[in-house]
Amino acid sequence: MSDHTEKNVDEVTGVETTGHSWDGIQELNNPMPRWWLWTLYATIVWGIAYTIAFPAWPLISGATTGVLGWSTRANVAQDIKAHDAKNGSLVEQLLTTEMDSLPEDPDLLRYAVARGGAVFKAQCSQCHGSGAAGFKGYPNLLDDDWLWGGSMDGITYTVRHGIRNETDDDARYTAMPAFGELLDKDQIRAAAEYVYSLSNDDAEPELAATGQQLYGEQCAACHGDTGRGDREQGAPNLADAIWLYGGDRETLIQTITYSRFGIMPAWGQRLIEADVRAVSAYVHGLGGGE
Amino acid sequence: MTQTTPPPLYAAQEPVFPRKVSGTFRRLKWWIMLVTLGIYYLLPWIRWDRGPNLPDQAVLLDMAGRRFYFFWIEIWPHEFYFVAGLLVMAGLGLFLFTSALGRVWCGYTCPQTVWTDLFILVERWVEGDRNARVRLWKAKWDFHKWRLRLTKWAIWLGIAMATGGAWVFYFTDAPTLARDLLRFEAHPIAYGTIAVLTATTFVFGGFLREQVCIYMCPWPRIQAAMMDPDTITVAYRDWRGEPRGKHRKAVQAEDAAPLGDCIDCMACVNVCPMGIDIRDGQQMECITCALCIDACDDVMDKIGKPRGLIDYLALSDEPAERAGAAPKPVWKHILRPRTLFYTALWSLVGVGLIYALFMRSDIELAVSPLRNPTYVTLSDGSIRNIYDVRMRNKHAEARVFQLSVTGDTGVRLQLEGQADRRSILVPADQTFMQRVYVTAPRQDPAAKQVRSDIRIWIEDTATGTRASQATTFNGKAE
Repeated sequence: MSDHTEKNVDEVTGVETTGHSWDGIQELNNPMPRWWLWTLYATIVWGIAYTIAFPAWPLISGATTGVLGWSTRANVAQDIKAHDAKNGSLVEQLLTTEMDSLPEDPDLLRYAVARGGAVFKAQCSQCHGSGAAGFKGYPNLLDDDWLWGGSMDGITYTVRHGIRNETDDDARYTAMPAFGELLDKDQIRAAAEYVYSLSNDDAEPELAATGQQLYGEQCAACHGDTGRGDREQGAPNLADAIWLYGGDRETLIQTITYSRFGIMPAWGQRLIEADVRAVSAYVHGLGGGE
Repeated sequence: MTQTTPPPLYAAQEPVFPRKVSGTFRRLKWWIMLVTLGIYYLLPWIRWDRGPNLPDQAVLLDMAGRRFYFFWIEIWPHEFYFVAGLLVMAGLGLFLFTSALGRVWCGYTCPQTVWTDLFILVERWVEGDRNARVRLWKAKWDFHKWRLRLTKWAIWLGIAMATGGAWVFYFTDAPTLARDLLRFEAHPIAYGTIAVLTATTFVFGGFLREQVCIYMCPWPRIQAAMMDPDTITVAYRDWRGEPRGKHRKAVQAEDAAPLGDCIDCMACVNVCPMGIDIRDGQQMECITCALCIDACDDVMDKIGKPRGLIDYLALSDEPAERAGAAPKPVWKHILRPRTLFYTALWSLVGVGLIYALFMRSDIELAVSPLRNPTYVTLSDGSIRNIYDVRMRNKHAEARVFQLSVTGDTGVRLQLEGQADRRSILVPADQTFMQRVYVTAPRQDPAAKQVRSDIRIWIEDTATGTRASQATTFNGKAE
């Protein structure tokens, strides 16, 4: 294949060849500088040293940890600790400030809302949606309608104690009767028609008139004479454009017949106090806070 | 098959000892060195008053604040296209100069060339000219050699540290940083950057020199694509110089063939910082520093021959010159389609950038509609859309921006957390995010259409300047 001879010089270029020739083609030898070779060796040494110093080699479970003990996880933990320390005074303020006066301190409010946003994404978005727009049966927190109150204090109470749960004695609790056991179907249809007429123009007047009488007897105690609801009892406003389960006739009949019983956990039992306050501030700031 | 040792695949670096030279191009290179190094070292120290809220350094790359200041121009991160455009212009400029004048960048203005030139100057001050340096190199390491070497290295190190030091001044307020550096209170990154650049300057300028050009830099390989026979470059008129010979009288007395103008004095080789012989023709190592021209002209003057045996010339002139005719004038070489094309491209980008620079607004806004959910129904049946409006105040003082919305319908705008006010104070030189609610009444067409076009406006109440951004309002489709 190749021949080594004393010294071959290519005639055309005047460059020494390696003595290798393939099918008459000579390989010229333009030697690399020696420092280049040493640089290569240095990078190899560096590479080996690096894998010893830092986490590198994959093992069955995990990887070598490296003698310097560097770890991204530890760095993050340290960062979090540093941030916690920096936010210490804000947390202190958050825990001692009256919720209703929180908006008076913009810095504190900004901290609370930012913290609450993270809590909301982790704990609340499963039911209320990541954008807080809710679903059927899970209230939309962006609008200006509140079942139990939309003030900072009202929201905080709801978050802390929850609604109709069995774990917190202070939970907000009311139950609407299932009128399917009390009224016949025609009566329910009439009552539904009246409720429908409160926020729509196309109701049947006669049926609604019948329903109005029934409403006065059965519903007005909680929902009010004009259907404006009662936050003391968590009774929804029936005259506005917002419906938790739906405002069409069919859904209204279903709601009156079987009643509804939405439950929310008492987050005061699950979250630390600062997070309860923060997430309440966040919800208050979503657009409907009062 | 004969079995002998194969030739070595690696070679030791051959030291180059460039001799002192003087002449037109050497003078030009001194001036260029003075100007380029002067700019590099002094620019961060020039002050430029921008008012109390902005830094007063004329040229500042404020990474932490994400601003680039260049005298009266301030570049924000979203205007990075200015930097990209300048880089494109630098590239096209390099193409233009290379196609017209060969490797002028390498020979005159490349930092590697300029700093190496400076380091060689120091070397000559300390150790003497070429012959003395060759002797010193061969001498054994006695007190004398150590003294000279250490003196040279110390000066090099000083220059290298000043170079690394000057670099960091471009990134933060120079006087403050200089004081912090001297008190050992500066950030470790500043010291680290200085250390790295000191090391590279010291090693590249002092020891690697031509090796950087030959083995590290990609430009020698690329530049061949930009050059053609009309490119003016440093070359040897072998038709005039050959056959070369030293003892002219003796040779002529023997009645042999007449000799050329080259007396083979090796002046061109001795002054070459790349350690090559230009008489071998165009070669990759040549950075066209033109010092061989100065050296040869000097010799030609002494022996009474015309200058220009080694000269800037276009290879396409060779046949004419061989035939004894006059070469084409220089401007005919330089003005050719290729260089005109590069110039046109370069100017086009430049004009575009200048246009963009003077057309940019002092206030800007970006509107991002919140799509989760697309709309919110309020208790009175009106429909609300939520937008994040990012307002940019490029002024050096805080300004009050008035927000408003326009559209074909009766939509209203409200600031989050501000029931009544529609104006907001945007701090100086900042982008400020304000969430706004746009609401359409229940019976408004926008409340009933899937989408309507609206436009959100900001007005700088101090100047009346307005800016707007079109966006979409989502209604409740029935």
